[in-house]
Amino acid sequence: MTENAIALGRPDFDVISGWVQPNERVLDLGCGDGSLLKLLIATRGVRGWGIEIDNAGVLKAIGNGINVIQSDLEVGLSGFENGEFDHVVLSRTLQTVRHTQRIIEEMLRVGREAVVSFPNFAYWKNRMAVMAGRMPVSEDLPYQWFDTPNIRFFTIADFDALCAAMRIVVRERMVLDDKGNTVKDEQNFLGSLAVYRLARA
Amino acid sequence: MSTHSVGHASAQSARFDEPLTLKSGAVVPAYELVYETYGTLNAARSNAILICHALSGHHHVAGYSDPERVKETLGWWDNMIGPGKPIDTEKFFVVGLNNLGGCHGSTGPSSPNPASGHPWGADFPLVTVEDWVQAQARLADRLGIDAWAAVVGGSLGGMQALQWTIDLPDRVRHAAVIAAAPKLTAENIAFNDVARQAILTDPDFHGGNFYRHHTKPARGLRLARMLGHITYLSDDQMAEKFGRRLKGEGLAYGFGVEFEIESYLRYQGDKFASWFDANTYLLMTKALDYFDPAHATGGSLAAALARATAKFLVVSFSTDWRFSPARSREIVNALVHNGQDVAYAEIASSFGHDSFLMKDEQYHAIVRAYMNRIAV
Repeated sequence: MTENAIALGRPDFDVISGWVQPNERVLDLGCGDGSLLKLLIATRGVRGWGIEIDNAGVLKAIGNGINVIQSDLEVGLSGFENGEFDHVVLSRTLQTVRHTQRIIEEMLRVGREAVVSFPNFAYWKNRMAVMAGRMPVSEDLPYQWFDTPNIRFFTIADFDALCAAMRIVVRERMVLDDKGNTVKDEQNFLGSLAVYRLARA
Repeated sequence: MSTHSVGHASAQSARFDEPLTLKSGAVVPAYELVYETYGTLNAARSNAILICHALSGHHHVAGYSDPERVKETLGWWDNMIGPGKPIDTEKFFVVGLNNLGGCHGSTGPSSPNPASGHPWGADFPLVTVEDWVQAQARLADRLGIDAWAAVVGGSLGGMQALQWTIDLPDRVRHAAVIAAAPKLTAENIAFNDVARQAILTDPDFHGGNFYRHHTKPARGLRLARMLGHITYLSDDQMAEKFGRRLKGEGLAYGFGVEFEIESYLRYQGDKFASWFDANTYLLMTKALDYFDPAHATGGSLAAALARATAKFLVVSFSTDWRFSPARSREIVNALVHNGQDVAYAEIASSFGHDSFLMKDEQYHAIVRAYMNRIAV
């Protein structure tokens, strides 16, 4: 992890940084206070915009000098034209979105590539928690079952299957454990967080 | 943090003797603009903010004009502008003016026409948002301001901020476009025309030359304002504030004031008709109707805004149905399409279009956060 990503506690940010090029146009969906965009602008020289619905997030993002657009994710994308962005990022948010396929399709409509990160529910520690009879709570799943914003529970294998069904090309996939280290083998078992780079076939 | 008033504000006047050719082709031979300023222009002249007013606004934006009647004479955006306020006069030099065609001291239909010595009346040409930007630019020249740190406005004022970024891109670094729209819809124009018809058909209007008859079309102006006022409020807010409450005991079965909303609207209409000029009202509504910066670029707002180099703050309000959030999103989407810098906040507010004048915690925090970012 770079110092920036460590400071933010977001190892997936490093992966995303590696996938964007200077001067690219990046749209971050659910950008919160704009941390990722700020990092990408500072370290990769991208042009960035973010969509955020939450008042506190929008306020912080404006304070951070970010081009934040206050909107619901799906409504927010409908106003953009095809291919307006090089990368459309949805980090750790897909599991909170109701219309999973629609948002992915929209991302790939307005963006050349989509970058998606999500917690892997099949991570061995999560499996252990369920084996022990409790829903998992971890670094990448930091909620109790009763207060989680997550409404879609899926695994790396599940997401691969969805991409295949939707005829979406997985250009790259990075899987991290709960310390932020890269996982090469048995990713669906040893990986806590997955980051995908997707494109239309 | 102190959040006191800018204090006693007094108007100044600038006279311009160079003729101004308007978009219509008409020429205003000479004119005066009244304005107020708050705060101090810094040595680099880089901290100036222009506040553009909406339909019925004017130059008295902040502070009070009469120290004996502070509350009654507060500026129309005093909650936004002052020391420690979202547009902080400790940091910025703020300029408010009355636009050309206004009725608060700037040259307009009620001012004397030098050709006749009588009020211009119907002879005062219609002005557009573009014309205002040109006139405002001359005021900026006079004040020694090459580029505004920001041009800020709500509603019709927001349209002027937008026009500045297109017409004089080098002279505006930031634009705050609040509760505005990139052009009026047919419904918007329809409301404006009903308001105009109320004035134009008032027998006291005398074709716009009512001054020489020592009267004014108060009934028409009152109706126009009542109609306009309805469109500035929200259904929810009216339900909450008035509901079906009656003024008196029970129904009177007549056409007098029965419901509280009737009483409120008539009061607002009367008050407005007592101080506003009917010709200025007509002119302002036409400026709204004509505003359409995308017209020159084949209907593409993005193409029109492509010239802009300013950074934008766009703000809308959830219950504003006159210029709804979707209209602000048109501006935002065009800017994003062009790869331009824009922050957009949609404020949950129950006050309809008038929300932009209200003190709302999130709204003011957003404006404050954006203004804090502006380097001076």
